[in-house]
Amino acid sequence: MKALTRIGFWLLVIAIGLFAIFPFYYAIISSFRSGAELFSVAYLPERLSLSNYVAVFDRQPFGRNILNSIMVAGSVVAVSLGLGITAAYAFGRIAFRGRALLLMTILAVSMFPQVAVLSGMFELIRSFGLYNTLPGLILANLMLTLPFTIWVLTTFMRELPKEIEEAAFVDGATPWIVVRRVFLPLMAPAAVTTGLLAFIVSWNEFLFALTFTLTNERRTVPPAIALMTGSTAYELPWGTIMAASVIVTLPIIALVLVFQRKIVAGLTAGAVKG
Amino acid sequence: MSGAVAQTGVPVQSHVQGRRSSLTRSRIRAAWLFIAPSLIILALIAGWPLARTIWFSFTDADLNSLSDYEFIGFENYLANYDGEWLGLLTDPDWWHSVWNTVWFTLVSVSIETVLGIIVALILNAAFPGRGIMRAIILIPWAIPTVVSARMWNWMLHDQFGVINDMLLRLGLIAAPITWTANPDTALWTVVMVDVWKTTPFMALLILAALQMLPSDIYEAAKVDGVHPVRVFFRVTLPLIKPALLVAIIFRALDALRVFDLIYVLTSNAKDTASMSVYARQQLVDFQEVGLGSAASTLIFLIIALLTVMTLAAGRVRLGEDPR
Repeated sequence: MKALTRIGFWLLVIAIGLFAIFPFYYAIISSFRSGAELFSVAYLPERLSLSNYVAVFDRQPFGRNILNSIMVAGSVVAVSLGLGITAAYAFGRIAFRGRALLLMTILAVSMFPQVAVLSGMFELIRSFGLYNTLPGLILANLMLTLPFTIWVLTTFMRELPKEIEEAAFVDGATPWIVVRRVFLPLMAPAAVTTGLLAFIVSWNEFLFALTFTLTNERRTVPPAIALMTGSTAYELPWGTIMAASVIVTLPIIALVLVFQRKIVAGLTAGAVKG
Repeated sequence: MSGAVAQTGVPVQSHVQGRRSSLTRSRIRAAWLFIAPSLIILALIAGWPLARTIWFSFTDADLNSLSDYEFIGFENYLANYDGEWLGLLTDPDWWHSVWNTVWFTLVSVSIETVLGIIVALILNAAFPGRGIMRAIILIPWAIPTVVSARMWNWMLHDQFGVINDMLLRLGLIAAPITWTANPDTALWTVVMVDVWKTTPFMALLILAALQMLPSDIYEAAKVDGVHPVRVFFRVTLPLIKPALLVAIIFRALDALRVFDLIYVLTSNAKDTASMSVYARQQLVDFQEVGLGSAASTLIFLIIALLTVMTLAAGRVRLGEDPR
């Protein structure tokens, strides 16, 4: 009976592991196969042909798309963290009237369905002359990352002991110096976690990127991959699509595996975004 | 999240608070200075667009000439022309998308909850390779939604897909299935991919709750010889219920906004459209900003209502929680 439970347990573990990993494994295998090879199903890698990887960059500005994504996500993370840390200091360490209400409002913004602001955001971006530009996307994505950045950083900020800043204030430091010299170094681990989550959210963002860009050169990776087609109607584009998918997913998976514990801590501490 | 809510309710106690020194006043001034940039940006990129969207829903605006519109009242929602009812609320496609979204939310979140609990229980047990397993289940969560939708698109390809191939080899189906094009299977396909992608998130939140449970209860139960299944339903489940509810609510609110997955997986088809897909289609593809904004506004109201109800319920529960 005991042995049977053990076998059952391990079968379950293996089944979950396979279910989790198989799609990515299959994408990698498919990305190494091209042309007529894709008309048959292969479960094991046969050979390493890089033609799809070359074709992705050859047939469309995919390098440009990746660069766009990095620039948008990088800027979004920088702005979110910069604004987030100062705001979190105020929310987490200073008692002032209306604080709870403001925090609640900010939390409410992170519940906004993206589509609810779509036409207003479209008008805003167009009136700033930012339609089909990267700054337009950065501005739009801040709506998704800034609220939870403030929220999670505030939670972390609260957990730091009070004595730290009091010593600094006694020595005559201004709040700004306290934030910069005392809290910034202490918040570094929390900032890494939050920054990573913000990066992933922005890197994966699709609806704004699809709606606020027009030309292939300005697209970020998600719409570029979503709109990718074959060079002819008769060709199966899946080899190149899988190659593109693998390219943009590998760095994210690497990040997640390296920072696994931090990400889980960030998700469970603030748990605002899936 | 509820923990964070509890903490916001508690003002930071400072033992210098008694004397309202100039230091305190300057700190409060600094606080407002520090949050001002964030508030201004959020008002600009969230508050203002939301207000404009709601305003547009009462106009006949068109995407090509956004500045040239007229106020038409509730006509985008419901209008009567010569005894014939028109508007969003009479559009069967809108109601179909509402039904799709609700169905998707109920089914996918239920499955994810059950699977999430199972995965969390497994990860909570001590076994060799637990760390690797935890890393592996994070992979589906880390893959961008658009990418996972396309991966599954390929795996579910009607002629050359690996899923049909597997099922044919196992003798479970007699002929290949057109998974994403057939209205009968398309939504189930969406559910399956969503389950694959978001169960890890559920499992991790539940696992965090499991790891906070005191181990002495389980030792006591073991000594008394209580069956593990009984222990789960009588001890574990009631104890993790608050965390579980928070996870379920977050997932449900997220599922109600679903866009990427359905848009990419089922190629923007009418049969499987969610509310968000419907709204964007009106707005961008048909350029009907008024009608699209009306749909957006209704989605916002539905989600806002559910959020407020959730937060209110959270408050009530937190009142009993001596945290």
